[in-house]
Amino acid sequence: MESSTVPDNEPVPIHEVAPTAAQRIGDTLSMNIGPQHPATHGALRLKVQLAGEVIMKCEPEIGFLHTGFEKLAEYRNYNQFVVISDRMNYLSPLNNNIGFAVACEELFGVQVPPRGQYLRVIMAELSRLADHVICVGLQGMDLGAFSVMLWTFIEREKLYDIFEAVTGARLTTSWTRVGGVFRDVPPDFADLVQGFLSKFPPVLDEIEYMLSRNRIFMDRCIGVGMLTKAEALSYGVTGPMLRASGVPYDIRKARPYLCYDQLEFEIPTRTEGDAYARYLVRLAEMRQCLRIISQALEKMPGGRENKDKLPVSSQDHKVMLPPKDMVYSDMESLIHHFKLTMPGHGLIPPKGEVYSCTEAPNGELGFYIVSDGTGLPYRVRIRPPSFYNYATFPKQVTGRLISDAVAALSSINVIAGELDR
Amino acid sequence: MAFDLQSLMTTLKSRFGDDVLGHGESRGQAVVSIRRGASLPVLRFLRDEAHFEMLTDVTCVDSLRLPPDMQRDYSERFAVVYQLYSLTHNARLRVKAFVPEETCEIDSATPLWDAANWGEREAYDMFGVVFRGHPDLKRILMPDNYEGYPLRKDYPLKGRGERDRFEKYTEIPPR
Repeated sequence: MESSTVPDNEPVPIHEVAPTAAQRIGDTLSMNIGPQHPATHGALRLKVQLAGEVIMKCEPEIGFLHTGFEKLAEYRNYNQFVVISDRMNYLSPLNNNIGFAVACEELFGVQVPPRGQYLRVIMAELSRLADHVICVGLQGMDLGAFSVMLWTFIEREKLYDIFEAVTGARLTTSWTRVGGVFRDVPPDFADLVQGFLSKFPPVLDEIEYMLSRNRIFMDRCIGVGMLTKAEALSYGVTGPMLRASGVPYDIRKARPYLCYDQLEFEIPTRTEGDAYARYLVRLAEMRQCLRIISQALEKMPGGRENKDKLPVSSQDHKVMLPPKDMVYSDMESLIHHFKLTMPGHGLIPPKGEVYSCTEAPNGELGFYIVSDGTGLPYRVRIRPPSFYNYATFPKQVTGRLISDAVAALSSINVIAGELDR
Repeated sequence: MAFDLQSLMTTLKSRFGDDVLGHGESRGQAVVSIRRGASLPVLRFLRDEAHFEMLTDVTCVDSLRLPPDMQRDYSERFAVVYQLYSLTHNARLRVKAFVPEETCEIDSATPLWDAANWGEREAYDMFGVVFRGHPDLKRILMPDNYEGYPLRKDYPLKGRGERDRFEKYTEIPPR
C-alpha cells in the first residue's frame, strides 16, 4: 500500500486514496457495522457506504444504551442521583460522581472542607488513570496488540482494589454526597495508593516501549482520524481529543474546582490531531495524574491518619447528616436529621440554575441543573463529552479505509453509557 | 482579558434592541435571554465578534411545571438553552431562546457550529422542538418510529405503554 513509501509522521493524503478506489470499483456497498461488534466500543452502530474498502459515507446510530437518566433525575433527590451518575461513564464512575457533586455544591452554595477536596481530587485522578489506561489498552488491542490490553486490565484491577477499599464497590461507587463524601478513607489508604503509584510507572514505560515506536501502531495511527483545531472547536470537542488538536484547554486549569489550583501539573498538548497524537496525550496525562496524586497525598490536611479528625464533608447540617451521637444528644441535630431524611423535606436548594463542568477523562462533563426550590431537581441536563466527541467521527473517517475507522474509533474513547445516558 | 457581562449586554442591546429580552447572573454565571427569531444573528455576533468560539451544549427546558415566580422568566413554554464558551476570554455564557408549544420551531445553529448538529437532534428527540435548516433532523437516542417526546413534563416517567406494544413473535417464521 501507499504507506510503505510515506516517511515517518506524515499522514497519507486522503484524496490519493478515495478517487482511485471508487473509480476502479464504481459501485458502493451499503454495510452495517452493527451494534454488536468486537471493534466498536459498546453498542454503537455504523451505517457505511463502501467503495471497495474506502468509506464514502458513514452514519453512526446511537441510543442503544439510552436509559433516560435525565428523566429519572427529575424523580430522584440530589443525593439519590449519584447512584445514576455512576452508570454514565462506567470506566471512571468517580469522575461522574464528583462532577455531579461539584455542580450541586455550586447550586446549594456549600463548601467542601479541604480534606474532603483533597480526597476527591485523589480519587478523581485515580479514576482518570483507570479510564486512560483502558483506552490505551483498547487502542492497542483493536490494532492487534492484545497483550497491552491484558497489562492495562491488570492495572485496572489494582485500581479497583483501591476503589473498593474506599467506596465499597468497584464500579457503582456512589461515593460523593452534596457537601462532601460518603465517609473518610480507611487507615491504609495512603499505603495502598503509594504502593500503586510506585508500581505503575514501569507499566506505563512498558506500554510505551511496546506501542509508541511500533511500526504497525504508528502506520495505523498516524494521519488517521485527523481533526484540525478549527474543526475540533466547531464540533465542541473537549478533553484529550481537543488537546491533541492543539488547544491547551483543561478545565482543571481554566476554571479550577476543588483544590486543583493548589496542585502543580501540566497539560500535555500536541498539534497533529490524529489517533497517534491522542494516544500520546493520554499517556502524558497519565504521568501528570501520578504527579497530582503524589502531591495531593502529601498536602492533604490531616495527613495519613487524620489524627485531628478533620471533617471530610461539610458541617452545614442543612445538607449533610449530623453525626449520630449529636443526633441523640442535641435537639438541633435531631431536627436537622429529621428534615434531611423525611420525604417532603430533604435537601432543599435555593431556586435557580447552574451549569457546572469538570474535567472528566473524556473531556468536559457538564451538568446544567435547574432547581425549582423543591427536593427534586426540575431539570438535569448532562453534557456528555463522548456525545460531542463522537459527532466528529463521520468527518474523521469519510474517505478513509475501514481499518482506519477502527483505529479512529478507539482513539476517541466513546463510552456508550455516557453517550446515550 | 476579563469578560464583562454589562458591556456585552450594552453592545447586544444596541445591536439587537428588542430582541434581547433580558440578562442576569445565576450563581455567578451570565445568562442572556433572546427572542427566538433573532437567535441566529445574536449567536453569530457572539461567535464572531464576542469571541465565543465554542458551543459546548444545546439543550431545552420545559417550563410547564415551574412555580409561578420562576415561570415569569419564561415567556414561552420551551427554552432552548445554548451554553457558549470563549477560549480567548475564558468565559461562559448561557443564551436562552423561548419557543412556544404551538409553533415549536427555531432556527438551527448548525451554520455556526457543527456541535449544534447532534445537540439539536437530541433536543428535537426529547422535546419536539424543530430546528429549521438542520441538515438531518431526526431522532438520535430514541428509535426512529417512536411517538412522543420523552423529556416533556407531560410525558410520564414510565412511558405510555410502549413496552406492551412491542411486536411479539410467537413462533419461528417459516423459511
